[in-house]
Amino acid sequence: MSTHHIRVTINGTVYEGDVDSRTLLVHWIRDDLQLTGTHIGCDTTACGACTIIVDGKATKSCTMFAVQANGRKIMTVEGLEQGGKLHPLQEGFHEKHALQCGYCTPGMMMTAAALLQHNPNPTEHEIRVGISGNLCRCTGYVNIVKAIQYAAEKLQASEQVPVSAGEGS
Amino acid sequence: MATEAFKHGLGEAYKRKEDARFIRGQGNYVDDVQLKGMLYGDIVRSPYAHALIKRIDSSAAMQVPGVVAVITGKDLDAAGLAWMPTLSGDTEAVLALDRVHFQMQEVAFVVATSRYAAADGVAAVEVEYEPLQVVVDPKKALAPDAPLLRPDKKDKQPTNQIYHWETGDRAGTDADFAEAAANGVVVKQDMYIPRIHPAPIETCGCVADYNKATGKLTVWLTSQAPHVVRTLLAIVAGLPEHRIRIISPDIGGGFGNKVPIYPGYVCAVVASLTTGKPVKWIEDRSENIASTGFARDYHIHAEIAADKDGTVKALKVHTLADHGAFDAAAQPTKFPAGLFHICTGSYDFKHAFVDVDAVHTNKAPGGIAYRCSFRVTEASYLIERMMDTLAHDLGKDPAQLRLQNFIKPEAFPYRSALDWTFDSGNYEGALKLAMKNVDYEGLRREQAEKRARGELMGIGISSFTEIVGAGPGKHFDIAGIQMFDSCEIRVHPTGKVLARIGVQTQGQGHETTFAQIIAAELGMSPDDVDVEHGDTDTAPYGLGTYASRSTPVAGAATALAARKVRDKAKKIAAYLLEVGEDDLEWEPGRFFVKGTPGKGKTIQELAFAAYTNCPPYLEPGLEAVNYYDPPNLTYPFGSYICVVDIDKGTGQVHIRRFMAVDDCGTIINPMVVEGQIHGGLTQGLAPALYEEISFDDNGNILGGNFQDYLIPTAMETPHWETDRTITPSPHHPIGAKGVGESPTVGAPQAIVNAVVDALAHLGVRHIDIPITPWKVWSILKEKGLTAD
Repeated sequence: MSTHHIRVTINGTVYEGDVDSRTLLVHWIRDDLQLTGTHIGCDTTACGACTIIVDGKATKSCTMFAVQANGRKIMTVEGLEQGGKLHPLQEGFHEKHALQCGYCTPGMMMTAAALLQHNPNPTEHEIRVGISGNLCRCTGYVNIVKAIQYAAEKLQASEQVPVSAGEGS
Repeated sequence: MATEAFKHGLGEAYKRKEDARFIRGQGNYVDDVQLKGMLYGDIVRSPYAHALIKRIDSSAAMQVPGVVAVITGKDLDAAGLAWMPTLSGDTEAVLALDRVHFQMQEVAFVVATSRYAAADGVAAVEVEYEPLQVVVDPKKALAPDAPLLRPDKKDKQPTNQIYHWETGDRAGTDADFAEAAANGVVVKQDMYIPRIHPAPIETCGCVADYNKATGKLTVWLTSQAPHVVRTLLAIVAGLPEHRIRIISPDIGGGFGNKVPIYPGYVCAVVASLTTGKPVKWIEDRSENIASTGFARDYHIHAEIAADKDGTVKALKVHTLADHGAFDAAAQPTKFPAGLFHICTGSYDFKHAFVDVDAVHTNKAPGGIAYRCSFRVTEASYLIERMMDTLAHDLGKDPAQLRLQNFIKPEAFPYRSALDWTFDSGNYEGALKLAMKNVDYEGLRREQAEKRARGELMGIGISSFTEIVGAGPGKHFDIAGIQMFDSCEIRVHPTGKVLARIGVQTQGQGHETTFAQIIAAELGMSPDDVDVEHGDTDTAPYGLGTYASRSTPVAGAATALAARKVRDKAKKIAAYLLEVGEDDLEWEPGRFFVKGTPGKGKTIQELAFAAYTNCPPYLEPGLEAVNYYDPPNLTYPFGSYICVVDIDKGTGQVHIRRFMAVDDCGTIINPMVVEGQIHGGLTQGLAPALYEEISFDDNGNILGGNFQDYLIPTAMETPHWETDRTITPSPHHPIGAKGVGESPTVGAPQAIVNAVVDALAHLGVRHIDIPITPWKVWSILKEKGLTAD
């Protein structure tokens, strides 16, 4: 098995490492870089707990090899908070009680961040379509929709960019 | 004034304390734990549902780079650990010895230096099997010529039948049925509640770390009941209990899946004891669904005897329960069918008789889980389906039939025909509120108009009664340990509080709601109260969080521990203010001298005095512990109304409205309660329309991953509407009842009743869940009603 030297920008920080060809991106991020906010919930790309933003696109990091991330710009949940200030999505999830066990939350917020980047003012239906690749077993989604609406309003009012930290876009 | 600092007590939507770490990605789940030198375990599993193991060859696996050890059943047998007790009195193979009993059963445990090397090792273990006849149908398991699936216990159980259990008044029930057959009405219905899986988004796993120098075993483990795990591990593995520490850190959802002890945990512990290194084992999703605690799998036949006007008299239920290969239902020892005999529901039956036959098949063990207080979901489903069937047969409105038969508010405490004492309830209040909220009469008019136009619209009702909060300990135990719960409160000198509780949160928000209970009792802000849980070295002994028991049991312990603190604070106040205790009055946050409101001491001042100026006749310090054994269970209830439209072209059921009126007694935090209801309703929707684990004739699991096992996404889940009534529990210190499971218990039958109601005029009486578009379309096709 060959190993590869990769260099990836995550949340604005450059990380370098040697990875096996088969190492999944999510394992590199979690186990090697110890950015454990990105979670694993299935093995079929169905649950979305591992969602991160790669070059501006919401991406399930369990279905990408670490080597494929070489040279890319990535944002994980750890990059949402900037300068000690919560991202409007983080605020919204807290204010609207959009999380319970917290396990799907990082992936859900990253999907939402990418959604708001492309569609700053989504309808409820567009939000539901947008997060339909992310499973939540606790909340029944009602409050997640409200949290994303909260963030959309706040972002529009502030003209903040939804995905800024790791340079997603 | 102290009272101004007292905010967010009971009944306030105080925002959750635990969110701060979760929204930053700083939760600490089991798979986040990384220890120096940690090894990884992975499991070799059986591809067959029933087979003899002829040979296991791990020599090739041991050659795989990174593989450190391969543990087989024989290795465990040498240490006396090949079998472990289940929570239902059976024994379960940790690693199969000579026979596998279900597909994906654990056969060997590979330990390696990385996840990837462990997986390589699993692929390299050679196992030779001799396939045996597979039994997946519980009815066939009872046939005289069925192969004996558990020869290991043939001496005490010579057939595949695990137990026959019955309760109620058979003679009285039979007499009512004879009378109804002659002069009233008898309705009968078969229904199957299929096997489903709780499938929390985080799977099960652990990190076992045995320190040879200290002899201490620390295990981070996805457990809803860490103290019970510690005690059972001590008993089974022969380890000293004070040298076992179970840490249940942040848990990514439980829903009953994380109550039992699974073979992977035991193997990781054995591997750590053997290697002296920490060993992590995390199952993948397929392993989770295929091998850990499933739910339901009840084949039910139910009958109601009633007068011609619809007044119910007696209920008779026979159930065939498929428990799979090992009897591993996680439930109170004395209740083999759990609390299934709550099945008389919200109605005033004079007599009832219930029996359950449980059998082994070649399927994974389990049998309780999925957000259900010990078979209450099955019970509520059957009675709510039966009430609709009775209404249908009599041509009565299902709401009116329910109102006619409800236990009346003045009848509480109410002794049911199956010997439960319901603490409090106002069933008609909840149903009438739900009917008003949806304009029930208007919906019925709309339905009639649509039906005249050939459109399919249905309205379904479920007026469920739950039973939660086990103990009392004299009736309820898990593996012999009585089902009490506990809280320990320490008030620090500066008036800040650290509380530890015996239950464990998997998303319920205990760090917030239990802080609110203490804050309300002591008159302080919940900001000043931190709640810890899940670490057996620090938390007081508790039976864990499942079956909606945290608030009814540990919540009561918490309120009573806080009252002990307040009582001691009162003695200190009397000393400091130089008055008798009887001369003191309490307002939230302080004691003051009656008639002299200006002369008082705040709880913070009293805490400081407890450490700096304590009365000489008292022990210094301000702490309290309470172990609470409840005098009764609590009985939350509610009424749900579901409105569906059915697409004649596809058979798709569209939930247009779902109104949930819940009554869980006193509400600690309405935001958290509503969140629990949203989530619970979604887990009620799931089995009604989507989720099912079935098997082919060879015992191959169908639906063993998230591609095939359809957890509702935001697209399938409707916008839930909620409302509430409040009927406090008379015996709970703050009147709370518990709510986590009510919506999962109550929702499926509302949806099924709505679908059947939409099709009732076509002669449809029942459809088994999950109600897939295919099932509905097939019915419409048969009736010649499918749209192009």
